[in-house]
Amino acid sequence: MLSFLLIILAATFFTGIIIRTKSIASGRKGPGIFQPIKDVIRLFKKGAVYSETSSFVFQIAPTIYFSSVFVAMLVVPFGQSKGLISFNGDFIFFAYVLGLGKFFSIIGAMDTGSSFEGMGASREALYSMFVEPAFFILMGSLALMTGHTSFQEIFSTLHLGSSITYALGVLAGVVFLMIAMIENSRMPLDDPKTHLELTMVHEVMILDNSGFDLGLILTAGYLKFAIYGAIIFNLFSGTIAYEYAIPMFIAMQIFLAFCVGMIESFMARFRMNHNAQFIVVLSSVSLLIFFGALLVSGKFI
Amino acid sequence: MTLVWSFILIPFVAICLIPFLKMKGKAIAVYCAVSVIAFITSYLAIQVLNGQNFIITLPGSYLSGPINLEIDSLSAWFMLIINFGFITGGFYGLFYMKAYVNQPKNLNLHGILFVLLHASLISLCAIQNSIAFLVAWEIMALSAFLSIIFEHEKVATIRAGINYLIQSHISILFLTIGFIWVASQTGSYDFSAIHRYSMAHSGALSLMLFLFFFNGFAIKAGFVPFHTWLPYAHPAAPAHISGIMSGILIKIGIFGILRMLLLIQVNYITVGNLILVISIISGIYGVMLAILQHNLKKLLAYHSIENIGIIGIGIGLGCIGLGINNPVLSSLGFAGALLHTLNHSLFKSLLFFTTGNVYQATHTLDIEKLGGIVKKMPQTSILFLIAALAICGLPPFNGFISEFILYTGLYHWIQNAQMGSLIFIIFTVMGLAMIGGLALMCFTKAFGVVFLGNTRHSFQHEIKEVSFFQLMPLYAIAAVIICIGLFPRLFLDVLIQPVHLFTNLKQLQFVSFQGNDIDALVSVSHASWYLILLVLLLLGIRKWALNNRTVTVLPTWACGYTAPTSKIQYTASSFVKTYSKLLGMFFLISKREKEVQGIFPTDAHLETHPYDKIEKWLIDYPVVNFKTFMGRFRFFQNGKLQFYILYGITFIILIISIPILYDKIILFLEFLKQL
Repeated sequence: MLSFLLIILAATFFTGIIIRTKSIASGRKGPGIFQPIKDVIRLFKKGAVYSETSSFVFQIAPTIYFSSVFVAMLVVPFGQSKGLISFNGDFIFFAYVLGLGKFFSIIGAMDTGSSFEGMGASREALYSMFVEPAFFILMGSLALMTGHTSFQEIFSTLHLGSSITYALGVLAGVVFLMIAMIENSRMPLDDPKTHLELTMVHEVMILDNSGFDLGLILTAGYLKFAIYGAIIFNLFSGTIAYEYAIPMFIAMQIFLAFCVGMIESFMARFRMNHNAQFIVVLSSVSLLIFFGALLVSGKFI
Repeated sequence: MTLVWSFILIPFVAICLIPFLKMKGKAIAVYCAVSVIAFITSYLAIQVLNGQNFIITLPGSYLSGPINLEIDSLSAWFMLIINFGFITGGFYGLFYMKAYVNQPKNLNLHGILFVLLHASLISLCAIQNSIAFLVAWEIMALSAFLSIIFEHEKVATIRAGINYLIQSHISILFLTIGFIWVASQTGSYDFSAIHRYSMAHSGALSLMLFLFFFNGFAIKAGFVPFHTWLPYAHPAAPAHISGIMSGILIKIGIFGILRMLLLIQVNYITVGNLILVISIISGIYGVMLAILQHNLKKLLAYHSIENIGIIGIGIGLGCIGLGINNPVLSSLGFAGALLHTLNHSLFKSLLFFTTGNVYQATHTLDIEKLGGIVKKMPQTSILFLIAALAICGLPPFNGFISEFILYTGLYHWIQNAQMGSLIFIIFTVMGLAMIGGLALMCFTKAFGVVFLGNTRHSFQHEIKEVSFFQLMPLYAIAAVIICIGLFPRLFLDVLIQPVHLFTNLKQLQFVSFQGNDIDALVSVSHASWYLILLVLLLLGIRKWALNNRTVTVLPTWACGYTAPTSKIQYTASSFVKTYSKLLGMFFLISKREKEVQGIFPTDAHLETHPYDKIEKWLIDYPVVNFKTFMGRFRFFQNGKLQFYILYGITFIILIISIPILYDKIILFLEFLKQL
């Protein structure tokens, strides 16, 4: 329950801080940090424009996408407190339920019959294919280290052993941060503020969405950021008492958002064909973590 | 006993009647025969699953000895799968075959074969005698062959059929060798002899024996590298036959492997690792090639290879669990495999049937020509979508449940494994995750290009939805798919008995799916319910929110370009372009193109044909080499009669002289030995 509230809280300001950081870094004043939320509320109040090519798939896709992200959010724990849904192997459910959302966002894009949206859909499908092994290897290594298979148990017992686990935690944090970048289509893989459809990934998929649907998609994006932020925080929070953990969580979210903003301000996005290599690196890093986990658990011969 | 007689009599009567009936009568006769058999055998199967025994001994013949018929819980599980597939597939087939009503002779044969195929598949599950088993196996293979070549006037169909025929006989060859091996050592054709033999000769001999059987059954199941017949045979057959072949026929290979695991005492760790490696390769290779295909049925056929891989991963895990005395891993592995067998038979037949609907409406299976079907055939599209989501293993559908069980098994194993097996586990996990991601790509492509967007080709005829009756069996399958996804416990309870058979092999303490790992499934189904409720709630809110707002319909945003045509849509090839470039080293894509040239370009074209690298190296090259070698003996066939008479006489003389020269030959051999 706690994680649920905290993630929603983080989602309200995360994207705002990224935008604010970027505007200050480029010498502008920029909008307030709650502007994204205001945008979404405005969208919820609007009517809608649908493409004449599209079918019912286009209409239900954003809803299912949002629901999948929302249900995935329920799985994420906060320190000792479980998520609303918690069971052995819940991270498998987490990954696959996000996959369901991805499936629908892709076919929703394909439904418009636009060449640009097809392009975005193709890229999204390819990237998500590369991300999945990294996630499962990473969770496998954590399961190996802790002997548990649910998010909450893994995170709460992660640092009871040696202090090397913190090093592995940092590596795992990096992997999760990269996964978050890919999942949310941020720099350096995808530039959400680009103005050329040919170079977009996620933004081009939602070109035709408007009104309520667009609001849902954007909200899902904010939630995703906060979800991954919460997972990264969980890697370290372990046994910290709540009165410290909660402020730390918020501070860390602000810091993460600030980092993302800084990266986006001072880094150009990769060339499209480098993205795939970048993503494959993820799997290699997770394999590294796996061997680290072998060392920690004393099974390395 | 009466049951056995009725089991033999009903198909026999139906087969005799079919040619003399009118068109409607034929259909009713075929379907009645299939459903009566299905009813009887399902009744027996359910009784067996409830704990009763079913063993009958037939007198058999001088050659085969007494024939035992036994339905154990493994057979029962497969019988239920077969029956469900044939009842839905047969019903669908009745309407699918309406288009061929002007070929009564062809339909006669097809109806007869359908009944035979069903009867032989069912009997394969029960027969415990090698010779009878081989006879039933041959009936199954031949009736499947003749069903595939229903449209025998097409060259490609005949070629696919012959390919299947040859490969399935290679499979029979392996099985025959295995059975004869045992029979020559023990003097009995009964399956229990296999068990006795392997108990007496544990170690390398048992392993060899198992490998012979595994090879034979793997060809039928379609494990890589024995898969090459599959992508040809499935597209060539009529839709209901493709659905049944992919959903059920190849599962009899899985059944065979499981049966042999029960009979042959082997080193389970070795066998488990072997099956695991082959399965991971099958899974990844199958889906990798599936993505490239332009023919929708061929795409689905490659997907069958992938799913056989997933089933194989389950069997491999189960074996390793037996080997390392880990009851939880073993039961999870076998449960995952058996459940995925059912799941795959459901969603794959649903996919083939909906593809059949598309084919009936458009007369093409070329993905690049289709598009925008969702508006003309909404029900078919929804059914395809459900099956596609299920095959990708996404919640809340059935594919997720079986994959979840496999993952749970893997993550359970990880906690008490050592270095060597840990690396194995991590690559299995990686493979399974890759398969999931690739399947998602494949089916977003298939669904997106075939059903969504605008039509890419102007068809001369109207495209319309098929009749409601034809859709009825499809809805039934979809209902079961959703049921398994939402109430997995129900189906898992049925699996307790079959899995028990396997854990009994090593007298493991069977946990009958208790404990944390399985309790997770209850939570999974809860979470699935939350998901569905949330979607419904949000759709309601959305409807309410849009109610009194303006909703406009405009052309798709084309970035300012005002004259978009359906040709500028993303095609299937362009959807997977980056992917095929990235993993190009695994593929063999032949390309024919004429580039655009000059200031006023005339025509240009580009054609790509994906081909199978394993097929090229394993089938094509040896065949070509064999042909050139045999070509050297062409001069024998010179067309002159006197030469042929000479060959005949030489042959006869040689045959006669063998007994005469026998002593001399022995003497010569003795001489050689002394050297």
